Amino acid sequence: MADLTTTFLGIKSPNPFWLASAPPTDKAYNVNRAFEAGWGGAVWKTLGEDPPIVNVNGPRYGAMHGNDRRVLGFNNIELITDRPLGVNLQEIRQIKRDWPDRALIVSVMLPMNEASWAKYVPMIEDTGADGLELNFGCPHGMSERGMGSAVGQVPEYIQQCAAWCKQFARVPVIVKLTPNITNILPAARAAMAGGADAVSLINTLNSIMRVDYDALTIYPATDGMGSHGGYCGPAVKPIALHMVAEIARARDTARLPISGIGGITDWRDAVDFLALGATTVQVCTAAMVYGFKIIDDLVDGLSNYLDSKGFSSVHELVRKAVPSVTDWQYLNLNHVDKAYIDQDLCIQCGRCYIACEDTSHQAISATQNGKRHFEVIDAECVGCNLCVSVCPIEGCITMRPMTGGVDPRTGRAITRDKSDWTTHPNNPGRKTASDA
Amino acid sequence: MSGADVKPGRLTQEQIAANFADMHPPLTPSEAIIDADRCYFCYDAPCTTACPTGIDIPGFIQKIRSGNLKGSAHTILSENIMGGMCARVCPTEVLCEQACVRNTHEDRPVRIGLLQRHATDAVVRDNTQLFQRAPATGRTVAIVGGGPAGLSCAHRLAMLGHHAIVFEPKDKPGGLNEYGIAAYKTLDDFAAREVEYILGIGGIEMRAGTALGRHISLRELREQYDAVFLGFGLAGVNGLGLEHEQLEGVANAVDYIAELRQAPDKAKLPVGRRVVVIGGGMTAIDIAVQSKALGAAEVTMVYRRGQEQMKASRYEQEFAQTRGVNLRCWSRPRRLLVDGARVRGVEFESTSTPGETYTLDADVVFKAIGQKVSWERLAGTGELLEIREARIAVDEERRTSLSGVWAGGDCVYGGEDLTVSAVQDGKLAALSIDRFLRGA
Repeated sequence: MADLTTTFLGIKSPNPFWLASAPPTDKAYNVNRAFEAGWGGAVWKTLGEDPPIVNVNGPRYGAMHGNDRRVLGFNNIELITDRPLGVNLQEIRQIKRDWPDRALIVSVMLPMNEASWAKYVPMIEDTGADGLELNFGCPHGMSERGMGSAVGQVPEYIQQCAAWCKQFARVPVIVKLTPNITNILPAARAAMAGGADAVSLINTLNSIMRVDYDALTIYPATDGMGSHGGYCGPAVKPIALHMVAEIARARDTARLPISGIGGITDWRDAVDFLALGATTVQVCTAAMVYGFKIIDDLVDGLSNYLDSKGFSSVHELVRKAVPSVTDWQYLNLNHVDKAYIDQDLCIQCGRCYIACEDTSHQAISATQNGKRHFEVIDAECVGCNLCVSVCPIEGCITMRPMTGGVDPRTGRAITRDKSDWTTHPNNPGRKTASDA
Repeated sequence: MSGADVKPGRLTQEQIAANFADMHPPLTPSEAIIDADRCYFCYDAPCTTACPTGIDIPGFIQKIRSGNLKGSAHTILSENIMGGMCARVCPTEVLCEQACVRNTHEDRPVRIGLLQRHATDAVVRDNTQLFQRAPATGRTVAIVGGGPAGLSCAHRLAMLGHHAIVFEPKDKPGGLNEYGIAAYKTLDDFAAREVEYILGIGGIEMRAGTALGRHISLRELREQYDAVFLGFGLAGVNGLGLEHEQLEGVANAVDYIAELRQAPDKAKLPVGRRVVVIGGGMTAIDIAVQSKALGAAEVTMVYRRGQEQMKASRYEQEFAQTRGVNLRCWSRPRRLLVDGARVRGVEFESTSTPGETYTLDADVVFKAIGQKVSWERLAGTGELLEIREARIAVDEERRTSLSGVWAGGDCVYGGEDLTVSAVQDGKLAALSIDRFLRGA
């Protein structure tokens, strides 16, 4: 059995699964239930200054549903904790005392002034919590007041706040980044420059779920009006993975520890984040949709996966896929893939055919000897993976690399030599022998 | 009665109500969405190819999924104006649902029939007319028979701007939908409401109680109208060709099925304790299952060949068996056994081992060995229709050998004796008639 114990910034947890700072970690009651269920850690819902903020008394959440009303995307306009600071601090202290083996991090959001950090950081640390997470990510409500993503969108503010926090903190400090930017690296670098020990990402994305088709107003709405909220859930995972990988592979940020967040629902999602550079992962939406019991599959599935790969600990998986992420310009243009349809698995739905015919390269035939039959035309197939993507049967269509012979589409011989855009003759800025 | 046990009220009202409950209850809105989600939206969908009326099935299912029920109903009804009834009575297990690609790996097709019902129920219930008539052409077409073929033809003609007069011998229009379908397949007055929906487009005149060969003749119709469509179905019933067939206790299954459909109180219908049904088609299944549902103690369906050859699908056979009907194959009736003035049983001979016989006691014997065209309706008019295997021969446009005369439904050769095929015949004939009338 692989060891799921994780050490992140010196903070130990029995597994890498933490609950993200969000409604599930707003109270001792919830966190207790989570730890009883087996969660490795929790980031307490963001604390702010007293008096606490207030929430709307209408809908806070909206969902985008897939088949069978599965929640694919989730949005919220809930603000940071709306309970008095003293109550939260007391509960945090008690939880840490009751669950010493679990990671307990406290999320915090404070105004852009040193005095606030000087006042509140020691109070929070005094609870015995293992670390702090700075919420520079919430894109709704708090950002209008100059906090949350209003900080996270300006690298100088990130650096300044992180520095203030580090000045007064003895425990590790994690900066939680907003994805509502065009490039995650300046934010990550600013966190490093401010002295942060780690980053966590992503926070939620600015979003409007839809309109109410009867009332023709934004939906959900409070008294007929609504505001953009933070988007999360399975739909945002690819955005999160990209940002995590960018930090993990950039030379100057590669050593910055990462706690990965964004749409993690089952253990495979965790593998994505860990292999792309995160050391722990944080979960919110899946727990809010299914309850804390999902931890069973997360832990069990990850453990079995690590065993199957011959890894003895979670740390061996971390960063495993990072070297495979590169810039487009370095992709091997000599490599040729062709789609292949397994006729034994094919159910004859024809979706690959119509997708390719209508929107791609007309590289799939629909009949053979007058009968319904779908097959790839290698002479037309550009290896784009569209058919694989739309096929409803897992494993029915696969991409197969050509290892020899001639590509029937281009007439060019397959070569093992690599060649990329940087040297391609069509590239006006290509490197030539004289550049070398 | 001399010992025969035939009486009403074998079961309580509650038991009968339960036995005649909807065979396939409608989907709830959530069930419909979940099932619609299972549709893969296939290219050149096999289900559509398998549908005799060619309904764009993935298209209507996608509209259910998007909450566009009215558009979904329009997609269905534009190809099959009786989409509501077909959703209830089509043998989907051998048509669209058999073709569903979901069968390949999971043997569980999308429930197309129930989804079709879900999409069409509201428009028929609320009589929401989805089709408009084209500008009037001033042409009038005579339609003989107010069943699925005739009504489908009339509706399409009305859409195209023609006037249709439907001559129906019975009191109520609807044909087999009204009189011939097992009561548990379509509850309440759906058949009548669907007819009302079809007539609601306007331009269709219904003359009930008007029979060909009695009140009108084909010659007159050809002389008086711009075109004629024959959709009079199979009014004759095949006999066993045995002695005593006219005795009490021997009945035509179709007559009893009609009586059952029209009965205001099924508990008052007389039913035998031991019932023997001779035949292997849908009519045999319907009468056998319904006899059982009315309280018959023992119902045996006897067919001259094997289960594989039965016209009733395997699904229907299993349905009958789970309802307690016994199936006996490879047997043909040799003799009706008589007790005084009524039947008391049937002697059968094995068709697989000739000479071997056995006897089944019966209080009632139902004949369900097929129906035939009632040719006497056309007798003496001098109008000579080409006949093929005892049915009217038609071409692919449903034209008969007589100019200006089209035909469709069960009375034509080459059909499948299904409501859905009759609707398609009527539609194709109407399109052909329209081209003919416009001189195209």
